[in-house]
Amino acid sequence: MRFNRIGTAIAGIGIVTALALTGCVSSEAATEGGAGSAIITTNGSEPQNPLIPTATNETGGGKILDNIFAGLVYYAADGSPQNDLAESIETEDAQNYTITIKSGTTFTNGDPVTAQSFVDAWQYGALLSNEQLSSYFFESIEGFSYDEDSELTGLTVVDDTTFTVKLKQPESDFPLRLGYSAFFPLPEVAFDDIEAFGENPIGNGPYMLDGKGAWKHNEKIDLVVNPDYEGGRKAQNDGLEIVFYATQEAAYADLQSGNLDVLDAVPDSALATFEDEFGDRAVNQPSAVFQSFTIPERLAHFEGEEGKLRRAAISMAINREEITDVIFEGSRTPATDFTSPVIDGYSEALEGADVLEFNADEAVKLWAEADAISPWDGQFPIAYNSDGGHEAWVDAVSNQLKNTLGIDAIGAPYPTFAEIRTLVTERTIETPFRTGWQADYPALANFLGPIYFTGAGSNDGDYSSEEFDSLYKEGLAQTDPEAGNELFQQAQTVLLTDLPAIPLWYSNVTGGYSENVENVQFGWNSVPIYSEITKG
Amino acid sequence: MVWYIVRRILQVIPVFFGATLLIYFMVFALPGDPIIALGGDRGLNPAVAAALRAEYNLDKPFIVQYLIFVGGLFVGDFGTSFSGQPVSDILAQTFPVTLRLALLAVTMEAVLGILIGLFSGLRKGKLFDSSALVVSLIFISVPIFVTAFVAQYIFGVKLGIARTTVGAGAPWEDLILPAVVLASVSFAYIVRLTRTSVIENLNEDFVRTATAKGLSRPRVIRVHILRNSMIPVVTYIGTDFGLLMVGATVTEGIFNVPGVGRTLYQAIIRSEGPTVVSFVTVMVIIYLVANLLVDVLYGFLDPRIRYAK
Repeated sequence: MRFNRIGTAIAGIGIVTALALTGCVSSEAATEGGAGSAIITTNGSEPQNPLIPTATNETGGGKILDNIFAGLVYYAADGSPQNDLAESIETEDAQNYTITIKSGTTFTNGDPVTAQSFVDAWQYGALLSNEQLSSYFFESIEGFSYDEDSELTGLTVVDDTTFTVKLKQPESDFPLRLGYSAFFPLPEVAFDDIEAFGENPIGNGPYMLDGKGAWKHNEKIDLVVNPDYEGGRKAQNDGLEIVFYATQEAAYADLQSGNLDVLDAVPDSALATFEDEFGDRAVNQPSAVFQSFTIPERLAHFEGEEGKLRRAAISMAINREEITDVIFEGSRTPATDFTSPVIDGYSEALEGADVLEFNADEAVKLWAEADAISPWDGQFPIAYNSDGGHEAWVDAVSNQLKNTLGIDAIGAPYPTFAEIRTLVTERTIETPFRTGWQADYPALANFLGPIYFTGAGSNDGDYSSEEFDSLYKEGLAQTDPEAGNELFQQAQTVLLTDLPAIPLWYSNVTGGYSENVENVQFGWNSVPIYSEITKG
Repeated sequence: MVWYIVRRILQVIPVFFGATLLIYFMVFALPGDPIIALGGDRGLNPAVAAALRAEYNLDKPFIVQYLIFVGGLFVGDFGTSFSGQPVSDILAQTFPVTLRLALLAVTMEAVLGILIGLFSGLRKGKLFDSSALVVSLIFISVPIFVTAFVAQYIFGVKLGIARTTVGAGAPWEDLILPAVVLASVSFAYIVRLTRTSVIENLNEDFVRTATAKGLSRPRVIRVHILRNSMIPVVTYIGTDFGLLMVGATVTEGIFNVPGVGRTLYQAIIRSEGPTVVSFVTVMVIIYLVANLLVDVLYGFLDPRIRYAK
């Protein structure tokens, strides 16, 4: 009798679990089948936004969008722009552009890609009430407004394959920007129901989603080759399986065991060993990520001439080589400017760049000169977010400052990125803080204007220099890229004397690939060029 | 018995409101603005940030936000994540995965733990008992992430007999390794609990009486010793099942299991209020139900508890 009662209780639990289990079996079956032999598996992360080009500003979604869309240009591995859909991009004055696109290309739903597809997509992305995270990419086009809904009056469709762009002021790096995802075209169907589109986007790139629901949230996304794509990025494999990992360690373990073909982020725990383990198949090269920390002008002892001396002293008291070797195991490259070595126009021998070299004697001397203006007191905390792996280097930099300058330098951790960004954005932070910049498109200007131009959106230190501003503007107005880069380099020498941010190092892209794949090359933006990879 | 269960279910109501209010407040009080974090190092333009804040009700006072959230819960609307996915979809996707993982782990730890614990107890002080004690001590003292990494490296990378991480759809065979890791610690506790209980009951009067009555040894062990020894063990397994359903964050992260723990962790990192609160709410309910089941099982195992009230 009692046994029966226990029996019913157990049976009850059994029914509940059985119900839950049947719910899972169906999802299991759906993942099987359809896998071709040359599908490249690679790591990714769950996109934080819908898969709409102008709504995405992070790498998880960007990696997918770049492969399912084709814009006017794409970037070769060295960052040089190559025409994708563009036939030509012409300008006389760096302000008015005439863009001609190739005729006859289509979206994967069969709709033709026309000049209108570009203009509509850009108008959508720029409109304030559409709340697109990347709307700032259109800020230099005439008609753009941050304060109210307004049409981009600078865009005019001439015919099916031609449209013109009028900018607010001359900006010679505009054509370089056009490979960024915010400038991709959208098919008409997107605007009918943009939310549904963000879940199952229809593109025109080398790959397309493997049917409806190919985006399996928090698990992976399956991409197959788009047979109609005829541009320079024609896929050399059968498709991509981008697996979303919550931790880099898990992705690395999968690469080690052969479950993953290509990995573009080696976890800190494996930095010391991955090059030995993967040999020729390990990747470790500088990327377009610039790391620094910012000492705002408004802090005590850091204004005017005194601030200039102190910033230079602090910069020279940091032994960047030592930190990149010991703490980062060679996965960072010491900074020699404010941009990145992978960008066209980069120079490692800028005038005044010696301020970025370790020089204890000079640092002590400059610090003493500053003390003569106003004696130093108090602490030198460097604020950082402790969810981003910054603790080790902040502590090392603090120790070096302590040892060289004899000041009380310490790390000031904040638990989350959200918290520190809020304080920085509201200007309520009263200490120096870490800053970083990943370029959106491969141009010197992208590392300079948004951060150091007076009043710019990411000018967290409220830096303002007339000399820098005018050199930067002049550089943008040049139609010859060489002449422009020359001026941007001059603008950087101004930064090297003022040090609005203390350059530290460039992050390297670290990765590896399995024996099953060949032709793995990493692009300027740290992402592998998937269309070139072959699997044999 | 029915009243007992009804009373217990009614108790869930205040716990539900208390827990959601508390959790919602904690997420609300987290320093930092999640919308600003959405912009990354570059930052968002203020007008877009303000519009997004309004869309997610982040511009309203705390109590209004909470009421909107709870109001939504009653019509089945759990809110949406920043990627535009309804939180109810995320729940429906992740909980079955974690449930399967927890079931695998609990089954393994219960079956093995009780068997080994029983033999250990019956052969107290013998070689089998001593080795079981040593092995269980090792499992208890090694932190679970160490077990997880070691198991992943040996079975996944070196021997290649298991997948290093769980593939899409979380098929059963991929879940075995993480389940073994999850089960390892609780298995050790169950061995020790069962063993102690069995040893205690061996010396009880009713066991001696049963033996004196002439009952066979297997029947004495099964009906009189094992059954009475199960009370603390069932309590432990019940709470452990509840814990596994809600708390396997570390293991799920290491094996990339698309389950509750991993998803919750990511949501916390991204300060996605609705996702975090919905998940925790469901977790609270599961935990309460698991405890309820344990209490009901008590009644079946021990009549004294059943008839007490």
